[in-house]
Amino acid sequence: MAYLLTINGQSHEVDVEGDMPLLWVVRDHLNLTGTKFGCGMAQCGACTVHVDGVATRTCVMTVADSVGKNITTIEGLQSPQAKAVQQAWVELQVPQCGYCQSGQVMSATALLEQNPNPTDADIDAAMSGNICRCGTYPRIKAGIKMASAQFTNAAETA
Amino acid sequence: MNIRRFLKTDTAVPDSSRRSFLKVSAGASAGLMLGVSFSAPSALAQQASDAALEMNAFVSISPDNTVKVLIKHLEMGQGVYTGLATCVAEELDADWSQVVCEHAPADVTKYANLLMGQQGTGGSTAIANSFMQMRQAGAAAKAMLVAAAAAQWQVDASEITVSNGVVSHGNHSATFGELAVAAAQQPTPDRASLTLKTPGEFKLIGQDNTLRKDVGKHNGTAIYTQDVKLPGMLTAVVAHPPRFGSTVRSFDASAALARRGVQQVFEIDSGVAVVASDYWTAIKARELLQIEWDASDAETRSSGDILAQYRELVETPGAIAEAHGNPDSVLSASSDVTELMFEYPYLAHAQMEPMNCVAQVNGDSAVMWYGCQSPTSDKAAIAQLLGTSGDKVTIHTVFAGGGFGRRANPASDYVLESVQIARQVPNTPVKLVWSREDDMQAGYYRPAYVHKLSAALDAAGKPNAMKIRIAGQSIMAGTSMAAMMVRDGIDNTSVEGLTEFAYEVPERQVELHSPQVGVPVQWWRSVGHTHTAFSKEVFIDALARKAGADPVAYRLELLKNNPRETAVLKLAAEKAGWGTTELPEGWGRGVAVHTSFGSTVAEIVDVSVDGNNFKVERVVAAIDCGIAVNPSIVKAQVESAIAYGLSAALADEVTLTDGHVDQTNFHNYRVLRMNAMPVVETHIVPSTNAPSGVGEPGTPPIAPAVANALAAVTGRTFTRLPLRLA
Ligand code: FES
Ligand code: FES
Repeated sequence: MAYLLTINGQSHEVDVEGDMPLLWVVRDHLNLTGTKFGCGMAQCGACTVHVDGVATRTCVMTVADSVGKNITTIEGLQSPQAKAVQQAWVELQVPQCGYCQSGQVMSATALLEQNPNPTDADIDAAMSGNICRCGTYPRIKAGIKMASAQFTNAAETA
Repeated sequence: MNIRRFLKTDTAVPDSSRRSFLKVSAGASAGLMLGVSFSAPSALAQQASDAALEMNAFVSISPDNTVKVLIKHLEMGQGVYTGLATCVAEELDADWSQVVCEHAPADVTKYANLLMGQQGTGGSTAIANSFMQMRQAGAAAKAMLVAAAAAQWQVDASEITVSNGVVSHGNHSATFGELAVAAAQQPTPDRASLTLKTPGEFKLIGQDNTLRKDVGKHNGTAIYTQDVKLPGMLTAVVAHPPRFGSTVRSFDASAALARRGVQQVFEIDSGVAVVASDYWTAIKARELLQIEWDASDAETRSSGDILAQYRELVETPGAIAEAHGNPDSVLSASSDVTELMFEYPYLAHAQMEPMNCVAQVNGDSAVMWYGCQSPTSDKAAIAQLLGTSGDKVTIHTVFAGGGFGRRANPASDYVLESVQIARQVPNTPVKLVWSREDDMQAGYYRPAYVHKLSAALDAAGKPNAMKIRIAGQSIMAGTSMAAMMVRDGIDNTSVEGLTEFAYEVPERQVELHSPQVGVPVQWWRSVGHTHTAFSKEVFIDALARKAGADPVAYRLELLKNNPRETAVLKLAAEKAGWGTTELPEGWGRGVAVHTSFGSTVAEIVDVSVDGNNFKVERVVAAIDCGIAVNPSIVKAQVESAIAYGLSAALADEVTLTDGHVDQTNFHNYRVLRMNAMPVVETHIVPSTNAPSGVGEPGTPPIAPAVANALAAVTGRTFTRLPLRLA
């Protein structure tokens, strides 16, 4: 069946089974491979994208349910929060194997978009759904704080 | 990096026959002679302007001023792109921003691991074996640039200086790119002419300002096996047997084949393969397979039964792995023997990227794309399977989403599975993808073990005799590496860390039982040290308590002839405030120190206990790994190794019920998440010794340090992993 999706501001029509998770639509059919597969059951966060601005696990969201939503993958990240997170990720050398990091960046960006100045507890709560087997957690936390400081400082000087 | 570019650059340097090879050797640690072979550059003067000009097997320079370093090891997060490129750039005097990295092809004649004798990554050897070789490769390329400049400017080469990617003399100056074509035609420099820098001259080695070269991981552009896309590519999944050793008796694929997008279903050695247009189609079709399994050769025991057998085994004498004096007579004469039994579960690697591999078989040749950790042995295994020769097998290595040992499988299990499938779909690239459930349930695992340690203390409270018995599967037995790694029935990976006991105990003996069990096992980050360090460090702590001694002071006394462990332990203790800072009520502090892969790590852990729950609050680590090529990456690896080991200390456990693995995914194989990650502080011992391992040595001390911290609060001794207060 054909489904019309809005991904990174563009319309895409895909002809797949309605129960196909959005993850496999973007990866296998739209060639957007930045979104990763880690568990397939909403346990690891590797497949996180933004659906109407909310960090969402695409491995358990069907293509049928994705119609009419505004979907942003790592390839389409534009917001100042996203740029700040990615800049901090490079500056602090956060990724190791990197396989979880698209999901980490998506979750961190969604957090900062909602809460520009998160506490340690806020960060733990927002990020504990994203597993990193390389254990980059300390640098992820530091990266979120570095990105957050950019906004707090910008807000103060504005 | 996309695959097309990958292929293009891979063929940009014509593989013309090498005119000559030159061996350059230099002394290194442990008395090893590290050799480097430089293939002489082919005549490439007519190359297109963007093509890389090969200076030697590791270094190419393009007229656009890019320095490309070929990396002979797999980048799986440990930072090997950056580490090896740093060594090249240091001696080349390149500007760090002009350096790019790419995985080297599978070619053991040029890219062998000098500590293994074959191309492969493991044992925390990447920097250790490459440190001199990469520096020599950089120095040789620099010499060719200098020679080209000297000829062009008609000046003496010795008066030419090179700095930050610029070659200069008086009023002359040129970039590497401008000299590349001429430099590639220079003769390969001879060994005597290469002068390497002294540590005092290093500009990049030891600095934190070298950003990682495995780029694209913050924006989704880095390419892993999972992301490989090739024209006409199909996706395969495999229905593996529900128990290890079961085989397919019969299967009915009619419902699966009726699904749109399903191409083929067929039996292979490891189960039934479904080949389809994409992953979801393949997985849904797999659910429709009706398979009858033959369990007559299957392992049908539960892990509880297996551990019970091991507990019996350690009560009986085993093969002697190491013997000093006669501990039995001392122990039997003692009226007060301390005895502890330790238990360790099977563990899954659970690397973030589930196992996968892309293969295309055309007649008797194969082309592979994957995060290849063992090019030489994988290549040989593929060639053997296809009945062809190694030169018919091409491997393109891409980033691996973690490994922790799993990707270096001595049987090349997942690699051969993918080739078996691709062979049935000739001339078509096929991507084999394991689901997380496959990854958790189809093996391989860190073996389960039981240890029994017994010791007697002398009048001063120091151990004067110790008996150690270990029971657990051999990782090496039955593999292609058995001949090399199993001696007189002793698989060193089962006992390492308890043999060559770091603490001074005059009479000691280590014995081993290696029972055959039908559960596939493999090394897991830090291999034998994952369990031996726990027994050793928890046991020593228990002996210190018995002797009424401070755990750090007790260790230092028993390490007085071991200056390296002493220095590392003292540094960690000092930085952690051991014995000098007060802890809140309900908190405890524990210590462990261990040497593995040539490096020593001490960790001091603070835990807080609340009823039957506890939290690891802080870890202070000290590491002596020789020269830290990139201190930021060393610290990242220590944090990573701690997180990985802590996950096993707190939660990881694979169990079997009647031969079925109970765990399926991250909801029941619980791994460390951010909310349980402690603050980690890492201190590096300054050193001018040759670099030693970094990826693994941080793992062994963490679990015992946590157990010892819990002991400090509760007064109990913890001898099972994962740790439980109740
Ligand atoms: S793949 Fe979706 S949460 Fe793991
Ligand atoms: S960086 Fe490897 S899993 Fe997170």
